[in-house]
Amino acid sequence: MGRLPPARVEVHVLDNTQVERLEAEAVNSAKVRQPMYAARKKIFPKRASGSFRQFKWLVMAITLGIYYLTPWLRWDRGPFAPDQAVLLDLANRRFYFFLIEIWPQEFYYVAGLLVMAGVGLFLVTSTVGRAWCGYTCPQTVWVDLFLVVERAIEGDRNARMKLDAGPWTARKLVLRVSKHAIWLVIGAATGGAWIFYFADAPTLVGELFTGTAAPVAYITVAVLTATTYTFGGLMREQVCTYMCPWPRIQAAMLDESSLTVTYNDWRGEPRSRHAKKVQAAGQPVGDCVDCNACVAVCPMGIDIRDGQQLECITCALCIDACDGVMDKLGKERGLISYATLSDYNANMMLATAGGSGSVNPSLVRTADGLFSDKVAHFHIRKIFRPRTYVYMGLWSLIGLGLLYSLLTRDRLEVNVLHDRNPQFVTLSDGSIRNGYTVKLLNMIPEPRTIVVTMQGLPGAEMSVVGDDIPAGRSFAIPVEPDRLKMLKVFVRQPVGQIRGIAQTFKFRVEDKASFEADEYTATFNAPETAR
Amino acid sequence: MSDEHIDEISGVSTTSHEWDGIRELNNPLPRWWVVTFYVTIVWAIGYTIAYPAWPLLHSATKGVLGYSSRNEVKNELTAAEAAKGKYVAAVESKSVSEIAADDTLREFAVAAGGAAFKVNCVQCHGSGAQGSKGFPNLNDDDWLWGGKAEQIQQTITHGIRFASDPDTRLSEMPAFGDIITADQIAQVSAYVASLSGKVQDASLIAPGAKVFAENCVSCHGDNAKGNKELGAPDLTDAIWLYGSGETAIAAQVRAPKQGVMPAWGARLGEAKVKELAVYVHSLGGGE
Repeated sequence: MGRLPPARVEVHVLDNTQVERLEAEAVNSAKVRQPMYAARKKIFPKRASGSFRQFKWLVMAITLGIYYLTPWLRWDRGPFAPDQAVLLDLANRRFYFFLIEIWPQEFYYVAGLLVMAGVGLFLVTSTVGRAWCGYTCPQTVWVDLFLVVERAIEGDRNARMKLDAGPWTARKLVLRVSKHAIWLVIGAATGGAWIFYFADAPTLVGELFTGTAAPVAYITVAVLTATTYTFGGLMREQVCTYMCPWPRIQAAMLDESSLTVTYNDWRGEPRSRHAKKVQAAGQPVGDCVDCNACVAVCPMGIDIRDGQQLECITCALCIDACDGVMDKLGKERGLISYATLSDYNANMMLATAGGSGSVNPSLVRTADGLFSDKVAHFHIRKIFRPRTYVYMGLWSLIGLGLLYSLLTRDRLEVNVLHDRNPQFVTLSDGSIRNGYTVKLLNMIPEPRTIVVTMQGLPGAEMSVVGDDIPAGRSFAIPVEPDRLKMLKVFVRQPVGQIRGIAQTFKFRVEDKASFEADEYTATFNAPETAR
Repeated sequence: MSDEHIDEISGVSTTSHEWDGIRELNNPLPRWWVVTFYVTIVWAIGYTIAYPAWPLLHSATKGVLGYSSRNEVKNELTAAEAAKGKYVAAVESKSVSEIAADDTLREFAVAAGGAAFKVNCVQCHGSGAQGSKGFPNLNDDDWLWGGKAEQIQQTITHGIRFASDPDTRLSEMPAFGDIITADQIAQVSAYVASLSGKVQDASLIAPGAKVFAENCVSCHGDNAKGNKELGAPDLTDAIWLYGSGETAIAAQVRAPKQGVMPAWGARLGEAKVKELAVYVHSLGGGE
């Protein structure tokens, strides 16, 4: 990617003037800025082709595939739990993800994943710049999808511009209506897929089309249809430029060793449409033929030759466009390339003879027209630096911590709440009784029999309210699969055996079949007079 | 703007304000943003017309939709009443023992009774039904008038020594200060205290037993175990409504305090009383 590939040998090498010049201007060009309220300048991105475009198609297929297909994956969890691989069961407050089932109190796993995503974003941004924005952000992916539809119906850039400028004819009406209709269908499919994550997908799809689904399902589909259509079809780059906070944050994430999409003006300037004439006049001339191909393909409508800017999502389509032109001209690829600021600065120093003058591209080339040895190219080594080590370390640490916690977590738990009012009750024989709310959590989708035992507190016995369980120091109770069972337990200790106003003892719960167990240390309170 | 300043690098005009050499660019707002801003203003005006908003001298505009948060609460309460209607009907048609035996109904009655207890009973019995001096603790297993669910229901419905209810639970311990001598009171107090603990002067116990047999057994029984028919407390256990020990017992013998509990049957209705009875029965001492 960073290394400039050798120029392809072409039989018919074009002259600069033979490269078609596209009429394109950056939307944020200083020359056309309006003083107050600015209407959106329409952007008609031209279709790009090249390795980055290929990569983006692949990423689009994978991300859209994950989004649309995941709810339909099945995962057998036995008869007591849903068989959807990924399910956010809000009604029952359970989150299923393949092997993993998460209860609400285990939400820290999700929080941990979000922290990992944040640190991961730092890591990716510090190494390859705004790769998230350029390739995987839903806004980028869906805009790309919407552009595919637009191109298929209205044609590529020139045809679209002509159609847009032309009068409202029957053809224009048909094209526009069909484009927006397909966009709306995509929007509805997007909203439609979203709700399948929250309920059994095959059931819900039936309900959805027979009008028997919950109102919230239809409302969600409607809202997401509207936002997808508006953001992907109508607002597009405005979302990134004006609504998204990430372009502002990423500026703090990038450093001089981060890869960003860069126009290498050290070899491109001075740009000229008439290189031969300029050369004949003895003036320096760069590789840029000012064909505007990079501007025409840009989905953000900017000119990368103006330098790094907030609007650039680093989708790299300008690299593809420029590489195509360089191939035709028989020049090395990479006039626009992924480059680090430090490499770029080194090359600029070279091209400007130490920053003393304007760019003279002959300074970066040897006499036979090849790049000088002094030209800096990106090396993979540059990825490994303290900053990325720290991000990587932090990211792995959180990941390993979560994994450890996941592998060792309890699937049987006991929580105990000691009655506070009254803290204790004196019974007629002088013995003291404390009340406890005991919660048994059976966190697997199978019914279990749980044995609850008291440890400590000599002479004391438990009795359970409402169940026919005889008083004693141990009892067994069935708990439904994947449910919490709440018991009201009274513990009574004879007056002669009370030792102190606050004694501790343990509630131990155990599944005799799997030997899983958990304990809770509770307090038994007694009045001062009972000793 | 009189002194228009253009930023050299970006070519954008600035707001002409300067802070330590830093100027703010005056980039144009996107038109859709401005339109959205005006739409929110229009929306806000429409909202104040549709909903109660503008303050007047003594009230506020009502809004053309007729919305009021009081009505909302009223509707929600009506819906809640309707939702629990079938349980209330079941509570009305069944006896308290039947309610206590049915898991679902018991859960409902305990919750509803607990709420009613918080409103009507905590003033005397305390928020945890733990009682205090003169007001019985309802968590324990000592009952003056019986701790079966039906007996509790009877007590709540008609009250204790509540003059305006003819079926109220009624008993009165005489003021023995007028009947027996001060020495006899000291003796009988020592005897009663000795039934559940130690006394200072053991020589008083034997004459005290004699005084007890002559004056007290008719209500408290030969063995001082009390009589729930008469609301006469068990004098042998660890629970004392007006305090334990000889002094407290002597005071109660001399001029007894007699607690009064209102009759709740007419005031709360049968279903609510049943719920309360089930709740009190569930506190841990129910028989």
